[in-house]
Amino acid sequence: MKAAAFDYTRPRDLPDLLRQLAGSTDAKIIAGGQSLVPMMAMRLVRPALLVDINDVQDLQTIALEDDGVVIGACTRQADAEKSDIVREHLPLLAAALPFVGHDQTRNRGTVGGSLAHADPSAEIVLVATALQAELTLARSSGTRISSARDFLAAPMTTTLDEDECLIAIRFPRWTEAGRLGIGFHEVSPRAGDFAVVAVAAQLLIDQAGICRRAAVAVANAAPMPIRLTTVEAALLDTAVDRKSAREAAALADDLLDPPSDLHASAAGRRHMARTLIERAILDAAGLVAGHGSHG
Amino acid sequence: MPPGSWRGTVPMADRTIRLRVNGKTGEGVAEPRVTLLDFLRDTLRLTGTHMGCEHGICGACTVLFDGAPVRSCLIFAVQAEGHDITTVEGLADAAGDLSVLQDCFWETHALQCGYCTPGMLIAAQALLRRNNDPDDSEIRDAISGNLCRCTGYGQIVEAIRLAADRLNQRSRPGNAS
Repeated sequence: MKAAAFDYTRPRDLPDLLRQLAGSTDAKIIAGGQSLVPMMAMRLVRPALLVDINDVQDLQTIALEDDGVVIGACTRQADAEKSDIVREHLPLLAAALPFVGHDQTRNRGTVGGSLAHADPSAEIVLVATALQAELTLARSSGTRISSARDFLAAPMTTTLDEDECLIAIRFPRWTEAGRLGIGFHEVSPRAGDFAVVAVAAQLLIDQAGICRRAAVAVANAAPMPIRLTTVEAALLDTAVDRKSAREAAALADDLLDPPSDLHASAAGRRHMARTLIERAILDAAGLVAGHGSHG
Repeated sequence: MPPGSWRGTVPMADRTIRLRVNGKTGEGVAEPRVTLLDFLRDTLRLTGTHMGCEHGICGACTVLFDGAPVRSCLIFAVQAEGHDITTVEGLADAAGDLSVLQDCFWETHALQCGYCTPGMLIAAQALLRRNNDPDDSEIRDAISGNLCRCTGYGQIVEAIRLAADRLNQRSRPGNAS
């Protein structure tokens, strides 16, 4: 399997990158290439021009801001995984990254590339959905900010225009007083495989033990990862315990529209989703779920 | 003429690609669509790196890219220009020698057909560089991106564990060799 012929350019900096995108037809940006190159090898994608952003240093930064962590789009997944800023201030992303492929793919694959690819089972897409990340999209004439929800239009489909590049992702930090808890669970055939179902949860519990903020999202139980708003609402302003976690998880059912494929039936995915949601909530609430992280 | 109209009619211009492979300069000419894997094997004639699936599933083509294990079938050679690559040929000090890790693979029968072995060795080498005392679950995690259809993985884990022990013994004071 060999890719079809293409031309190749490697811009040195962001202005150069945006200029080249503006002047090209049928161009495709390559970051880590861990999804794009297989698609090219299978000739599902045949760009005329590959614009390699790996030399654009401005896209490989991780910055701590007052109310968010901003990750350059071409930051390697492995670098984000090792980052002290991510570990300390974005624990949900830190928990999700080890599930993204393998060492060999995370050393090359990027945080922004995963979002721009928009695979509905991708862990980074799930975390961006759960935390309502904001994406900065740039073109030569200026930049715009898009919510993860608006950006992720459909499976493998984003609202990125042909002359635009995703340059940074801003994951909000929850800085209110209290204890931040997270839970991340997925079912996959083997470690590193695509998730059959994955769940991410983040809760902020105040000193009195009351849940003040909640984000719960699921991947592969609907066409795209979704936030489970009714589950979040049920947890808010309550003291989460095992019973309420189970009851809240059951509320997800109405929001789910799971696919059926050779890995699991729709009914099976519903069952997995409910179970993993409960476990993720228990983890995030500090009530150890008592199961391995692989579900 | 816009780039799109060339497709399938005019071959893309060859590029001269220069990189470091196993501590030496490697140079060759290839189209942009040639993968690092094909460049290593066909152009530089380093056939130790094996081609398995060519779409990033099997891990047989794993090489070190600036010290980190990556799949060479998922990088175009032109992207590796100026970078530092280590292949299985670069693990031992001299041609014909075996590294400690390779010796341990031999000793514990960590291979049968040998097809996955170059990738396994590179993945294990990367693990041992960052963790000199990995437990079995860390070893399994490090080779989880590499498929083996012969061994059942047990002997491979054993080999890596043995290599870690040997390397630790060798680096202990009084055990210089």
